[in-house]
Formats: sequence, C-alpha cells, structure tokens
Amino acid sequence: MLLEVDDVHVFYGAVEALKGISLQVAKGEIVALIGANGAGKTTTLKMISGVRPVKTGKVRFDGQDITHMPGHKRVDLGLCQAPEGRGIFPGMTVVENLEMGAFNRKGSLTEDFDRVYDLFPRLAERRKQVGGTMSGGEQQMLAIGRALMARPEVLLLDEPSMGLAPKLVSQIFSIIRQINAQGTTVLLVEQNAVQALTLAHRAYVLEIGKIVRSAPAADLLADDSVRAAYLGGDLGASA
Amino acid sequence: MHLHSFVTQFWPSTVDGVTLGSIYALFALGYTLVYGVLKLINFAHSEVFMVGTMSAMWIMHFLNISAIQSGFALVGALLLAALFSMGGSAATALALERVAYRPLRRRGASRLAALISAIGASFVLQQVFEVYYSNQYSNFPRLFKHSTLFNIGSAQITTDRVLIVVAAVVMMVALERTVALTKLGRGIRAVAQDPETATLMGVNIDRTIMYTFLLGGIMAGVAAVLWNVRFEQTRFDIGFLPGIKAFTAAVLGGIGNIRGALLGGLIIGLLELYGASVFGSQWRDTTVFVVLVLVLLFRPSGLLGESLARARA
Repeated sequence: MLLEVDDVHVFYGAVEALKGISLQVAKGEIVALIGANGAGKTTTLKMISGVRPVKTGKVRFDGQDITHMPGHKRVDLGLCQAPEGRGIFPGMTVVENLEMGAFNRKGSLTEDFDRVYDLFPRLAERRKQVGGTMSGGEQQMLAIGRALMARPEVLLLDEPSMGLAPKLVSQIFSIIRQINAQGTTVLLVEQNAVQALTLAHRAYVLEIGKIVRSAPAADLLADDSVRAAYLGGDLGASA
Repeated sequence: MHLHSFVTQFWPSTVDGVTLGSIYALFALGYTLVYGVLKLINFAHSEVFMVGTMSAMWIMHFLNISAIQSGFALVGALLLAALFSMGGSAATALALERVAYRPLRRRGASRLAALISAIGASFVLQQVFEVYYSNQYSNFPRLFKHSTLFNIGSAQITTDRVLIVVAAVVMMVALERTVALTKLGRGIRAVAQDPETATLMGVNIDRTIMYTFLLGGIMAGVAAVLWNVRFEQTRFDIGFLPGIKAFTAAVLGGIGNIRGALLGGLIIGLLELYGASVFGSQWRDTTVFVVLVLVLLFRPSGLLGESLARARA
C-alpha cells in the first residue's frame, strides 16, 4: 500500500473528531472519501498532510511511518494537498502561487509549468493575475495545478467541486481522471457523492468520525442504502 | 502657535524630519514584518534596537576609535559599527523569538500571552543593560566631519544626513526586493497569508518565522547605527521613545505593509519636526501621537491599509 492509515484518533481539545479511522490507498488508485458535513473528511486529509496531530494510531507512506513527521516534510515525500476552500494565496499571482507548490524543489520548473498550463489553459492566460481576484473555478484549477507542481505521488483533494457550476464540476473531474491516468494516485474528499463515486475506483463512507462502509465505488453507487443516505435529493441534478 | 517659525524653519525641519523619519522607517520594518507573519506586536523590538546602538558603541570603545577618521579607516570604522549593530540586533531578535515567543506558540498560547511575554522581555533586556553595563549615556564617536554639502532653502544638507537617508533607502529597497523576489520572501508572504496552506506547500513555518525576526533585527540594527551617527549617544532605555514612534509609523502606514512602514516613518519624522517648530519643541511627541489618534479614528487600517498578506511585496 502506498498510503495506510491505521486506527487513527484525532482530537480538537476534548472533542474526538476522528474515532479510529483506518484506510488504505494503493498506487494508481482514485479513492473517494464521502460523507455528510462534519463527518471528519477534511480532518482526515489534514491529518494525513500532518497539519492535525494524531493522538493514537499510525500513518504510513510507502512503508515509512510518518505519524509524527512535520507537515512540511511530507510534501517532499510526495504527499500534496489542494486544501478545503482552495487555499490560494490571495496576494500572489498565478505564477507565484504555482511556484509555491514547488517550494522545496530544485532545478527547472519549465516542464511542470507546461504540464499545468496544458491541463488548465485558463491559468496560462492569467499568469499575472493576483489569486484573490480570481473566480472560484479558476482558484480551484490553480489549487490543483499548484499541488501538481510538487510532482506528487499522492494528490489529496478536498472538495474540488465546492461552489462550482455543474459544467465546471465535470470539467474538473475529467481533469482529475487525466491526472490519475498520467500516474498520480488520488485521494479525494467530496460531498458531491455521485460525481466522486463515478470517478473513483474505491470509496470509504464516513459518519461522525468513523468509517462505516468501504467498497468499490460502483457498488456504493448501486447500493440503495447509500443512495438514500448520501446521493438522495441531488442525484438527478448533479449526475 | 508659532506659524512664523514654521515658515522660517520649514526647510531645516523638512530635512531633519526626513532624516529622522528614515531611521523610524527602518525601525518600523521589524514591527511590520513580525506582525505580518505572527499577528503579534513584538514590543521588545525597541530593545532589539537598543542592543544595536550598544553593540556599535561598544566596538568603537573597544578598538579605541574616538576621533575623526578618513579614507579606508573611516569606511572600515563605519562598516564595523554597522556590522556589530546589525549583529547585536539580529542576535537579540533571534533570541527573543526562541525564548519569549516560540515556547508560547508551541503550547498554543493566546496572542495576549505573547504580548505580555514581549513586554516582559523588553523590561528584562533594559534592566540587564542598566544594571550590568551602565545607567548613564555613553558616547558614540564622531567618525567624520558633518560638513555641509549644499543647501536647500535655509537647510544645510550635511554629510551625516545624506549618509543616513541613503543607507536607509538602500536597505529598504533591498528588503522590499528580498520579500518580493526571493524564495525566502515567498515563504514569508505565504506564512503571512495562510500558515496552514504554507505548510501544505512544504514551507517550514518555524524557520520562516526565525528568518522574519532575523530580517527585522538586521533592519533595526541599521537603524541603530544610523541613530548613533545622528545623535552620538546611547543608553539602556534609548529604544523606548523611538520604538513607540516606529511602532506608530508602522500602524500609520498600515501594519504588515512594508511600503507602509516607509511612508509612516517619513510622516512621523516630519510631523515631529513640524510639530516642534509650530508648537514648540516640548510638543513634538504630542503632535505625533495626536495625529496617530486622528488617523486611526478615520482610517483604522492605516494609510496604505493592506497588510503583508494582501500586499504584493
């Protein structure tokens, strides 16, 4: 397994946000983490990136124990995240934001810029624009592009569809598929469960800090109880 | 009111105001940089400056440099004073970060706790110098003749004033470029704008904060040696009043904003001198702070408003 999370507990003060999460991601997979608001999806990704401390449990990356490794060092291993709310640096231009993605890398970035501009031609047109003045869709492209600048082994995506128009959502998801096809493993957190399950190979269902289901995405998509709980009302609208 | 003296003193006041203001501006950068990154007012920054003035003075006394120098000896003495001043200030800033702030940050303490820690550290440093060094003023030698180069109106433009303004401008431009263009500067801006996302990009927050204190300390060190050149004496509490004024300059320009520090510094310097010529010199400090209150009433975010987070540089 490329990424293994083993019985991890995370606390915010006295509140237990993750109550023993275990999950695995194999090389080349797209794995989705779905669940309602407050289930602990974002906390799980932040914990994996090392910006939320683990109380008990283990996190392993490529066999190496990284449970207590500082977050900034995990980027060098190849764990990169496009965070919730996109985390664009508002005062930096598109180019500077992308350069931030490659913060610890040495050598030429030309190839990486070309790759990102190839995936997101929109960003190429806006090189000099300041991040804070871009639209939500453009910021999402920038967030994903920025994470790619580090040449990740595993790309962690937190709600890439949030706040985007349906047409843009399918565009972003098809780009995620393309990135995966180029060899990057993807762990995706989504509220838009239908889109996520359509894209992913496997998925975990989170409920208030616990994983309650784990199955191939297609099975979950076909499962009546999952449909009722998570795919419910917006099935028609976003499918 | 002495409007007549304001008119007759206008050019000398302007020249002295710009000279003093450029020292305030350099000094203000330390407040602004640290605030931008930590959202914390480093109230011990006045002691970072004080240690700089002391270090520059100490090396001159230690090497028995007490008279006018010329040629290479002059350049060497000035560089040595600057080097010791920057070194003393930078070391103090780094030590403060390590001792007074980092342990609190690790424990997730509130900003109020850090503020109290800052004030405490400030007292400790002052008292250490008062008790173990001296409670009297010590002189910084005049290293070159303060001769007049040319006149603007009734103001004499002297060599020391030119040195101060030129050195301050060069350092501010260097700092601005460092923050705008280098990897270090990008890291500082990233931490100022969004520390958690900066970590996700691989930025080492602790190291970035350390470099921020280092840069602020170096700038305070340059301000300190220029202060010595201008006023030629220092004492354990020398940092207090200019410290408050530099802090005022940072707030006036927009705290967290590098160009704001320059603008704020110059305005404070000018206000101080104009205030002295209009109302009498006992009112110079009052003028500065009354204007600060007025600006904050009508423009609480300062003249340039933007913080380091939003600003491009």
